[in-house]
Parts: sequence; structure tokens; C-alpha cells
Amino acid sequence: MEVLNELVRQETMILCCICGIGIESNPANMCVACLRTQIDITKNIPKQTTIHFCKGCERYLQPPSEWIYAALESRELLTLCLKRLRGLNRVKLIDAGFVWTEPHSMRLKVKLTVQAEVMSGAILQQIFIVEYTINHQMCNDCHRTEAKDYWRALVQVRQRAVNKKTFYYLEQLILKNKAHEQTLGIKPIHEGLDFFYTNEATARKMVDFLSSVIPCRYDHSKKLISHDIHSNIYNYKFTYSVEIVPISRDSVVCLPRKLSHQLGGINAICLVYKITNFIHLIDVATGQIAELNATLYWRHSFNSICDPKQLIEYTVMDIEQIKYKDRKFFPGQGTISHKHVIADVWLVRSSDLGLNENLIHTRTHLGHILKPGDTVLGYVLSESNINDENFEMLNKDVIPDVILTKKNYTQDKATRRRMRAWKLKHMTEDKDSMATDNNDYYEFLEDIEEDPEMRQNINIFKNPRKSIPVDTNELSDPSYPQISLEEMLEDFAIDDIKIPHV
Amino acid sequence: MTVRVQFENNNEVGVFSKLTNSYCLVAIGGSENFYSVFEAELAETIPVIHASVGGCRIIGRLCVGNKNGLLVPHTTTDIELQHIRNSLPDKVKVQRIEERLSALGNVISCNDYVALVHPDLDRETEEILADTLDVEVFRQTVAGNVLVGSYSVLSNQGGLVHPKTSIQDQDELSSLLQVPLAAGTVNRGSDVIAAGMVVNDWVAFCGMDTTSTELSVIESVFKLNDASPAAIASTMRASLIESMS
Repeated sequence: MEVLNELVRQETMILCCICGIGIESNPANMCVACLRTQIDITKNIPKQTTIHFCKGCERYLQPPSEWIYAALESRELLTLCLKRLRGLNRVKLIDAGFVWTEPHSMRLKVKLTVQAEVMSGAILQQIFIVEYTINHQMCNDCHRTEAKDYWRALVQVRQRAVNKKTFYYLEQLILKNKAHEQTLGIKPIHEGLDFFYTNEATARKMVDFLSSVIPCRYDHSKKLISHDIHSNIYNYKFTYSVEIVPISRDSVVCLPRKLSHQLGGINAICLVYKITNFIHLIDVATGQIAELNATLYWRHSFNSICDPKQLIEYTVMDIEQIKYKDRKFFPGQGTISHKHVIADVWLVRSSDLGLNENLIHTRTHLGHILKPGDTVLGYVLSESNINDENFEMLNKDVIPDVILTKKNYTQDKATRRRMRAWKLKHMTEDKDSMATDNNDYYEFLEDIEEDPEMRQNINIFKNPRKSIPVDTNELSDPSYPQISLEEMLEDFAIDDIKIPHV
Repeated sequence: MTVRVQFENNNEVGVFSKLTNSYCLVAIGGSENFYSVFEAELAETIPVIHASVGGCRIIGRLCVGNKNGLLVPHTTTDIELQHIRNSLPDKVKVQRIEERLSALGNVISCNDYVALVHPDLDRETEEILADTLDVEVFRQTVAGNVLVGSYSVLSNQGGLVHPKTSIQDQDELSSLLQVPLAAGTVNRGSDVIAAGMVVNDWVAFCGMDTTSTELSVIESVFKLNDASPAAIASTMRASLIESMS
């Protein structure tokens, strides 16, 4: 404790009015020792108090109802401690700091230096320690988690399709955009995923995100849990049911006549060559393309007639690109793709190679990447069993026998899998439903390798267990699709032993 | 002899009383306690008088006097003045004065021979003061305060001044007054000395809060301590020598 006196020091010595020792005159006319016995400026400040801590989420309660994260001896924790002290507004706080305490002791000690004006103008400075006892109190969020009553809103994402490629793509989009950060949990369900949220707003945000990246529609419903008639408070659980269009990449669809007319007279039988927030269709024979948004899709609701499971491998025997002048155009025709090259192609089914000489002729949009001898995947429309009312209304003469979807780069999927020096992250560790060890997933990985445009929306991580092949002699085809090292991210890993919380 | 006393739970006894060598004025209070303390000490030697000035009890701050006379402010009513005149000894002159600084007790501090006054005091008042109280008048400040009556207490034996008064100022005042001075406090550190105590040549009254240290300062500077070694050496010397020889 010190007496601070701004007035000019004078020589006069007076006797301290309590103990009688000679001092210089000060506003209290007492010596420092006597002043300390007479006045305690910290008497209105509690020396012991409690703060509440939630063990579950390791947060501190900032009254009335806020829970904040604060490390031990951090600035935030000091702020919290000082806010807990009543009576601190009556003195001037000069300094505050933590005194070290054992973390397990559940005590915090804060050393405070305060100043206050006492007895007509004398300013006293005093240093004291306040001890905080940390009491455990479960926060509301943890309480609800413990009570299994933690979600208020649910987003059900469903796709009623044969393969799950769109889902794998969606998973990567969510990871890249960190759209899953506010979820309480993700639960894989048959044909989809459930996302759980604490409030409607975050669920709504997820729904908005989904409708901005993939073609989908959603329904909204709410279930009354409880309500208070006196205060007019209603407690609901909200559910958003998001349905993704049941069409995946590389499927063949048959458009209703009205829709094909609307899309610039595109051929009714189209290949889905890309899915973004639009469905991208291409007519393989003319290279005409069309984009379909979710609203338009659900208005006309058509199904795929061929799925990637039905793909059959063909070998290209001969190919002849069609010159621009030879191609037919008509007025009112929609956009023609310039990325794709239309070609006449003569094929033999790879399984029949050498057995018969009957070449199958068809037109393809893959003229820019195919050359004689390549293998290619396609659908046999003439032989498939198609149940589709739009398809039945078509003139059977204009239906091509074979529709090629993509070039087959290697016959051996295992080799290709072995060569892959990258990996993707996943949202859940649940092995059962979002399994990553099936053909759909490997096809999805191959799609990523073949489509640089798709890679832009995805975070690709370097696989530390594989080395990037420097020598590419192993590959026969120079056009073999690969992901360059520049596109990969280094995964972040901490090799730390987790300390169990006591 | 120093007595601790309270006026209705208030320690500022110098506000409610006026003590000189020839009379004592005491404010009219709710109880006679305060009066009784004064009467017990003084009744044998000087009159102790109930008084009010202008209907106020704060007589100690409003009037000023010594053994020769008493000055009261213009707010004093005729009846009050008459009562005071009747009660005081005949040789004490009572004078009512027209002065802008009407709290005379705050602006004038005096003993029976000299007076310190506020530097802005009226010239006419100064003359009346010199005539009535028969004192030499000095315009002074105490520790930079113009209210000399509040911050100093004088008797013919000594004086107590504001604790901030520098040594040089004390020396200067002491040479003017021809009495020893000390800087000190009353009522547990209060620097408004004249409000906290009254004194004459043989007795002092101070507030109940006054500590023993303060009492000892007061007794030594006003020479009130009969039993002090110095007193034995000086006043009892003759008789001691006589008895021992």
C-alpha cells in the first residue's frame, strides 16, 4: 500500500494521528501503516468466488448464459475472471495477472492491483489475490447431448438412383466448402445421408448450400415437441427432406417430347455428361448440348434408361471425324458443343474381338480422344430391356444401337488403383453405409482423374504411402489421365499422444 | 487539562462553542450534555453561557473574541445581543459589526494580544477588532489558506496550525504572534483545527475522535499539562528547593 500524493512536498513533519511517529503531512494525516489498519479499499471486493466450467465442451460460463472457450492463463479467461468480481467498479484497476496454480487443483488465482481515493483525496494502491474455485456445471448444449435431445433440425439428403457417384461427389463438395462444420452429426442412411443441426437456421443454410451445388428439391416439415400456451412459445423439430435428381453422370436419359422441343430440339435420347447444379446433357450424334436445372427437371421428371452398370466395353476398329460442313443443322437448334468432336466410329465388342467381323457403326462425341485400337465403354440400346414411357413413344428407327460414353483407359482396374497416388477425405468413419471399397467409388475416383473441371471443386490429398511415379514408361498411353502433384494438398497430421482429460 | 467532548454526536466542537480566558459561549443543543461538560470544567472560574447568533447554533464559527471583548456578526438579533451582554462580565466589550465575511470565527484567529485575519477583511472591521479586542492585527494566511480562523487555534501559551504549514511559515507566524507554534491535527487527522477544538490558557476541549497522540500534541503546545516534567522543574521549583533545604 502506498500513499500517492500529487501536492508539492513540504518539509513540515507532523505526528501521525494514530501512532505518533513523525510523517510528512498527507490528506489523511496518518502514516501508511496506520492508514492500512484503518482503511481497506478492497473490502467490497470478494476474495473468493466461483466460476463454472463445463467438462463436456471445456468452456467457461460467462453469466448470464454465454459459454466461452478460454485457455488457462489466457487473456479471455482473465476477462472472464474480472467480470465475475463485483465491486471492482468502485476502484481503479491498475494491473491484473494470474498466479500459477496447479491445473488439477480447480483453483485460479488472480493478482490484482487497485487504486482508490480515500479520505478526501489520498489515493491508496493495494495489491491482493482473488481465488476462484472452478465448479463443474454442464452447459446447455452438453446437457442436451447427454439427454439425447440435441438436434432441432434435420436435413435428409436422398437420391433414389442406382449408383452413388453423385453422393460421393456431394461429400467432396461439402468437405471442400466446409458446409458440414455446424452439424451435430452425420448419419448415413440407405439411399442417403442425414445431417443433424441445433437450430433451423443452420439446417436451412445446409439446404441452401445443397441447392446451389447439385440439382435437387426439398420439402420442409416440422413436428411440435412442446409448447407453452402462456408465453406462446412453440418448440419444434424441423425436417428438411432434400431429394437429389435420380440421375447420375454417364447415364443415358430419354427426354419427353415437349422437353426436348423446349431444349432447342435436342434428340430425345441424351447422355448426361456432367452434373453440377445443372444437369448437362449432350446428344452424342450431333454434339448438341443442353442444361437442365432442378426446377425444369422436376417439372418434367424423366428417368435414366441406361445406367453405368450396363456399360459394355467395345474396341474401336475405325474412326472418321465428320467435317463441319457435312454436319446437319436446323433453325432453332440449341447450342452445339465445341469441345466435343463428332465422329463416325466402327466398333467390335471387346469380348467378341476376333470372333466375328460384324462391325457396329455409331456416332460418338468422343472423336477427339478416340483412335483405332482404343477401348471404349458404351450402352447397347438395341439389346437392353428398357421400360420408359417416353422411350416407347419414340420412332425406333432413329434410336442408335450403341451410345458411347467414355474412353476406357485401362482394362486393368487394379493396376490403375495401385498407381493412384492420392486420396480423398471422408466425412464419417462409418464403414457400413458410405463404404469406399466398391466399384461405384472407384469409378468416381476414375472420373476425377479424367475430368479436370470436376477436380476444381474437390480437395485432393497426397497419399503419403504412395510415391508419385517419376518415370511414366509404365504407361503405354501418353493421354492417360493423371492428377498432377500441383493439384494435390499435403495432408495435415499431428503425431501427438492424446492426453486423457481428468 | 484537555477534555474530549461531543456535540450531539458531532466531533466538531469548535463550531458549537467559543472559549476565552474570561467567558465561554456554548450553543443551545437538544441535550444539556455538551453544556455540562464545559460547566464542570469552567463554572468555578468563568461564566459558561448558552448563546445563539442569528438563530444559528454554529456560534464558534460566527463570532470571535478574547478576554477583552467579543465581536458578533450583523446577523445577530437584538435580543441575542442583549442576552450575551447581560451574561458576560462587565469588562468584556461586545460589538456587533457589519462585515461582508460574516463568519468571523472563520476569518479571524486571535489570542489576548494578537489576531491573524483574512487578507480581504474590511479595513473598518480591522479597526473595530483592534479596538474592541485590544489586539495587534496581522493579515496572514495559514498554509496558503485565507480562512485563518478555521485552520489555526491560538492561546496565550501557544498555537496549533494546519498540518501543511511549512517550517518557514510557522517561523514567520510565530515571530508575529510571539508564541510557539506547532503543526498538527485533531479528530483523527482532520486539518480543520479550529472546528475540532477550543482552547484557553488552562483548558482545551476537543472532539471525541481526537487520538491520544493528537491530545499530547495539543497539551504540549498549549502548555496544558500540569504534570509535565518541565512544569515540575519551573513552577514547583521554589517550593521543592524550600522543602529540601
